[in-house]
Amino acid sequence: MAAHELIPHLFRTEYQKITAVLCRLFGIEHIEIAEDITSDAFLQAAETWGLHGMPENPTAWLYTVAKNKARNYFRHDAVFKEKIARQLKHSIPEAGEIEIDLSPANIRDSQLQMMFAVCHPSIPAEAQIGLALRILCGFGLDEIASAFLANKETINKRLTRAREKLRLANIPVALPDEDAIHSRLETVLTTLYLLFNEGYCSQGQDMILRKDLCLEAMRLALLLTENQLTNTPEANALLSLMCFHASRFDARIDTNGNAVLYDDQDSSLWNKELIDKGKFFLKQASESNIISKYHIEACIAYWHTQKNDSIHKWESILQLYNQLLLIEYSPIAALNRTYALSKTEGKEAAIAAAEKLDLDSHHLYHTLLGNLYTGVDQGKAIHHLQKAFSLAKSAADKKTILKQIDACEA
Amino acid sequence: MKEFLLLFRSDPKLVPARSPEEMEKMMKKWMDWIGGIAAQNKLTDRGNRLGQEGKVLKPGNVITDGPYMEIKEAIGGYTLIKAASFEEAAELSKGCPILSVGGTVEVREIIAM
Repeated sequence: MAAHELIPHLFRTEYQKITAVLCRLFGIEHIEIAEDITSDAFLQAAETWGLHGMPENPTAWLYTVAKNKARNYFRHDAVFKEKIARQLKHSIPEAGEIEIDLSPANIRDSQLQMMFAVCHPSIPAEAQIGLALRILCGFGLDEIASAFLANKETINKRLTRAREKLRLANIPVALPDEDAIHSRLETVLTTLYLLFNEGYCSQGQDMILRKDLCLEAMRLALLLTENQLTNTPEANALLSLMCFHASRFDARIDTNGNAVLYDDQDSSLWNKELIDKGKFFLKQASESNIISKYHIEACIAYWHTQKNDSIHKWESILQLYNQLLLIEYSPIAALNRTYALSKTEGKEAAIAAAEKLDLDSHHLYHTLLGNLYTGVDQGKAIHHLQKAFSLAKSAADKKTILKQIDACEA
Repeated sequence: MKEFLLLFRSDPKLVPARSPEEMEKMMKKWMDWIGGIAAQNKLTDRGNRLGQEGKVLKPGNVITDGPYMEIKEAIGGYTLIKAASFEEAAELSKGCPILSVGGTVEVREIIAM
């Protein structure tokens, strides 16, 4: 990989690690300093590597530079020194050098603690996700902006406000105590779930970026299951769900970058290892009586790793969607439930149910109806697919719908 | 959107003893019906079933066991839904599985306190 490719990649994997460690060391009120120091290290990498070529171990190089910059900052910034010195006394050796521990264990602990700091209930949900993308996943402003369909300026302002809130609330970079862990973890899981969906469902064309988003969300969820305090049934269920979905990542896109619908996917491309991991975490998740929406979604995702259609499969999926909707309504769950209904009760029953859903402005609603009317009433099928085409926002969706219209008209 | 309480009534004597398979089938019918309402985002609370036993308190500190066995239409459960009108609430109730076993659904508007 050349420097111009490697640096964005490393930014995504290492930025958050260095920032988390520095933030834990300095305290959340100095989050901006931690981020600035880390960004500086990357800036220096871009300059140096471009001129002199890449170092043998780029990650180690970044860590060393970040450590030095942190020490320099500490040495030269009087205010910072004054404020932090007292807190850090125990870790300052005689020479006045602070110790910055970038070992895998400390990185892991720092990241877990940062996850809880960023996903603190006092921070608005929108700000949490923005901060998580930036601080926990090392996403660039451009990427966050495209994820939120907003411009860079807006995102920058939003992140600045969110950091301000973190500072004012003076949230400790630490794991919550056992009493609070359940409710705090709920917020963390929601954020990770949204991150994963951003990658799995987003309209962006950049497949590498989208896959990275999913892998990041999985990495953070895995981090939760590796700590005794946060290794809950819900966390395992969420991770299981992510593994099952991610198993189809390579089968969802053809060699030309076009989306491949589930029915047309080559199931030999499904990642068996991830499916097995999904099963493992689902089993872990099922060791208590707790049934969260993540459990139900993981079970549905499990069924989708079984390519063969059977009435038992669809009956199970239908019942799972019924349960899911009882826990929490969402338009997607309502549409998917109706699709499952078409497999168990037939298209006519599903059409009747679909037409009650009141999701007229949703392109997927019309895609579903187009699909259900195919073979029943071609005119209506085409009408709905055309409506879906006009409502769809991404080029990829439009392309898929066009193909369906062609098939209908043939 | 208004809120409505659906009261499910049936004659306990008319409900036949069911095999586990039949119970499962009945359960599925209820889930499909409730799931259909939830899919329209019109379910407020799936509610609960009610036990057949009960007590009735009357003026003068009189407490009797609920004489439910003599009531043709005992309340067996309830669900809360949202609908724009009585007509819509009644329409949503049409698929209720209790109707297939001779029971009734009573639809009542909830008046917020």
